[in-house]
Amino acid sequence: MPKGLLGIEGIERGEIEQILERARAFQPHGGQTFAKVNTCTGRLVVNMFFENSTRTRSSFEIAAKRLGADTLSITASGSSVSKGESLVDTINTLVAMRPSAIVMRHAASGAPHFLSRHLTTPIVNAGDGTHEHPTQALLDARTILDRCGRLEGLRVAIIGDIAHSRVARSNIHLLAKFGVDLVLCGPPMLLPREMARVASGVTLEYDLRRAVKDADVIMMLRVQLERIHEPAMPAGEYFRFYGLRQENLALARPDAIVMHPGPMNRGREISSEVADSQQSMILSQVENGVSVRMAVLERVLLQ
Amino acid sequence: MKLLIQNGRVICPETGHDAVADVLIEDGRIAGVGPGLSTSGAEVIDAAGLVVAPGFIDIHVHLREPGFEHAETIETGTQAAAAGGFTTVCCMPNTNPVNDSVTVTKYIVETARRKAAINVFPIGAITKGSNGEELASIGSMIAAGAVAISDDGKPVMNARVIRRAMETARALDIPVIEHCEDLNLSAGGDMHECDDSVRLGLRGIPSASEDVMVARDIILAELTGVRYHVAHISTKNAVAMVAYAKQRGLRVTAEATQHHIALDTGQMKPYDSAYKMKPPLRCEHDVMAVVDGVVNGAIDCLATDHAPHAGDDKMQEFERCPFGIIGLETALGVSLEVLVHSGLISLPRLIALYTSQPARVIGWKNELARGALKPGYVGDVTVFHPEYPWVYDVKNSLSKSSNTPFSGRTFRGGPILTIVNGDVVWRAPGF
Repeated sequence: MPKGLLGIEGIERGEIEQILERARAFQPHGGQTFAKVNTCTGRLVVNMFFENSTRTRSSFEIAAKRLGADTLSITASGSSVSKGESLVDTINTLVAMRPSAIVMRHAASGAPHFLSRHLTTPIVNAGDGTHEHPTQALLDARTILDRCGRLEGLRVAIIGDIAHSRVARSNIHLLAKFGVDLVLCGPPMLLPREMARVASGVTLEYDLRRAVKDADVIMMLRVQLERIHEPAMPAGEYFRFYGLRQENLALARPDAIVMHPGPMNRGREISSEVADSQQSMILSQVENGVSVRMAVLERVLLQ
Repeated sequence: MKLLIQNGRVICPETGHDAVADVLIEDGRIAGVGPGLSTSGAEVIDAAGLVVAPGFIDIHVHLREPGFEHAETIETGTQAAAAGGFTTVCCMPNTNPVNDSVTVTKYIVETARRKAAINVFPIGAITKGSNGEELASIGSMIAAGAVAISDDGKPVMNARVIRRAMETARALDIPVIEHCEDLNLSAGGDMHECDDSVRLGLRGIPSASEDVMVARDIILAELTGVRYHVAHISTKNAVAMVAYAKQRGLRVTAEATQHHIALDTGQMKPYDSAYKMKPPLRCEHDVMAVVDGVVNGAIDCLATDHAPHAGDDKMQEFERCPFGIIGLETALGVSLEVLVHSGLISLPRLIALYTSQPARVIGWKNELARGALKPGYVGDVTVFHPEYPWVYDVKNSLSKSSNTPFSGRTFRGGPILTIVNGDVVWRAPGF
């Protein structure tokens, strides 16, 4: 059965290294656009987005097109899902149109895992609920490698709403496989203690200053207001204790980089000053999103 | 009408009988137990090599009728119960409409009289619509045949409301059965809160959501003197509190399901709705505590919480699937495996957990007395083989639903004959 990409947890370090290496070959040079490589001509990729997304969906679409594959993007609001069709029926209908792969985003954790048990078409997970977002972790790793040249031995701080973050989970799994010293930081209700046991080399920290101290990489997460069902922390309190500002960034290593998966809330989890600084990698992340997704799709389509 | 079950190992925990003997049922009642009973005029069943026990009782099932007949009916649910060796079930009131009135209670009693393979006793709702606010017509439902009250599927969150219900139940001498879950602590949860829920990105149902409710209820049970029963107990703390309440002489009882003694979160297939139920499968230390509670008597009986859901309801994203699994046909196989073959308890003790013990929790009296092979008791008998190997295939289930984690599992020992009021209502294929 052809393999998709459901998550980082279940794949080997060697496979990750191959994807990251292939992605490097797709990176554009200078002011050029992504080269059209056409290795996947004749393949059909369906992007099925049951949850809103701008950057991930367009990134997958550009990636597929640069590979020469045909693409079709469907969003839930414009589909039969809004007419009450079940997920299984919707996907079976799509599968009958014989796509080579399905790229899927869904608000429910495990939705692609559930479907993959009933389908032979490979599924690439573009984010499932609060579980995983594997291509985000891969593009983050590509970005760190571009800047730092290695992953092993780095100190990476992931800060914010860890509990509800699929970006955090995928990054934790990926970085742990490479022996990164990982520190997770956030307010207690958004950083469950169980998180320390999700992967090896993970420590928890509830004080932002201690978390960023001597960090090589600081990953900020978006405060996901739409996912918080708990009595939430007042916004002002959040920024005061967990927002990344220049004075906190100064505690990290001088060459430290700052990342954010977007979309960011300026003044809530990150100050504009930091977001727009030389240390911010936010736009490199977006750019690497396309090359990494080209590598992932090519791997899935050409097996 | 006479039925003579000959030469089986007759085990009755209530009377302490455990020897090869015959059981005679005459006119729907147990007429005698002993060696070499006369066969004259009786239909004879040879039970040599089999165990002959009082009819099994399951005080916690969902038969889904009225309202959810696509998932189960009184007819199909009781057929599945008979195939599991059960002769009596008590059905929870979360039907549509909710069984919170004489009308619905009578509907269930009447439908059962016409369609059910075995005895059915309704459990009435505690509150109207099981909404936790206003008491239901408890006295009238009991007069119409209900044997207990519960808002199962939901707890009664308001402590003053449950207190009033307990006072009412005490006066009627019926048990209050609580689904113990603090809804504020469990809100939005889909599985037990633990390392796995955090890793899988699923919202958790903490053990504490059960614990705080059991604690509150035990305090109120002491205040009111009611017979209070914890449904599907699943946590270490809850078991400890029930044991403590018993030590103090309170009339507190509890049941455990076969899935909560057999499976922990480590055995869940990720995002597979056959493992989704309330309370959720818990961690190993909770499962061990529930098993210990069954062994040491803190937990009074076993029950299935048979909760059928139609296939398409369970074929969804995990967090959208309803809670519950079916269990009537696997209960004996699972509990033999976990409790008896493992050496934790004897066969007579297991039988007590399905007969005399649940009968004591409900408190059937006089002509309704059951759970023992005593002359005059209802002529319900469960005959099973304690050893023979068989494989459960849910495709052959008599239930209308197939939501179970146990399909494909091999069991050692299972039901052979189910006898209700002296009639054989189910027979194992090939027997």
